[in-house]
Amino acid sequence: MTQEELISLHVTKAVDARGTACPGPLLEAKKAIGTIKSGDIMEVLSADEGTKVDIPKWCAKQGHEYLGTIEGSGYFRIFMKKH
Amino acid sequence: MPEILKKEEDISLQLSTFRKQIKALEGKISLLENSRKDQLSIAIVSGDMDKILAAMVISLAAAAMDTRVKLFFSFWSLSALRDRNKKAAGKNFISKMFGIMLPRGKGKLKLSKMNMAGMGSMMIKSLMKKQGVMSLEQMFGQAAELGIEITVCEMSMNLMGFKKEEMIDYPDLRYAGAATFVADAGESSIQLFI
Repeated sequence: MTQEELISLHVTKAVDARGTACPGPLLEAKKAIGTIKSGDIMEVLSADEGTKVDIPKWCAKQGHEYLGTIEGSGYFRIFMKKH
Repeated sequence: MPEILKKEEDISLQLSTFRKQIKALEGKISLLENSRKDQLSIAIVSGDMDKILAAMVISLAAAAMDTRVKLFFSFWSLSALRDRNKKAAGKNFISKMFGIMLPRGKGKLKLSKMNMAGMGSMMIKSLMKKQGVMSLEQMFGQAAELGIEITVCEMSMNLMGFKKEEMIDYPDLRYAGAATFVADAGESSIQLFI
């Protein structure tokens, strides 16, 4: 997805994991994805460079669709669609 | 007449080959079904703070990915499972000495390098807090919540004179021997040792 497409997505759940380092964002993502429906979009905010790489792998393992990442100022917005 | 008999013989021969083939397939399928699971087994022997930290971070990441996690705590790592507020009575002299010499709980563990009489571990802890890394205390809390299983090596516990009464309250804590680790590790797709 392009950056514009990512920005215009309707996000059902945004998880702000900027306060935690690895593996905190993964745990928060796991918890949050349980609260949304299949096909919903979730966004994880993380200041952790590792999370940007880890979340796509987490998605692949869990069967969710990784949509892309927007690099904000000092943090990342990582988008995914629930399986 | 002999023609029909021959045909029947052929058919029964074919049937018995089919049966044999099915039997062989059943065996292969059961092998596949019993093969490795999406499971992580770690034998944790070290009692150093950094090594326990590494084991817990990997375990939590695995649990976040819905991989089952089974931890086997043995030898020096038992210090991490001690509850600093609990005491056990009825220990002999050597056990008491071990109890005094070894860290009382995960908050008191030393670094494997640059410990500098506790200064190093204090510095790491404050850095961890500053950078939003969970403390060992928090990691064990998360592990409990995610259903990570902890097995304590009974033999090393006896060796060091630790008692069950002084171990932490953890929902999935059990006591067993090396064969339990071997069995768990054998069915795990990932096995680690630290």
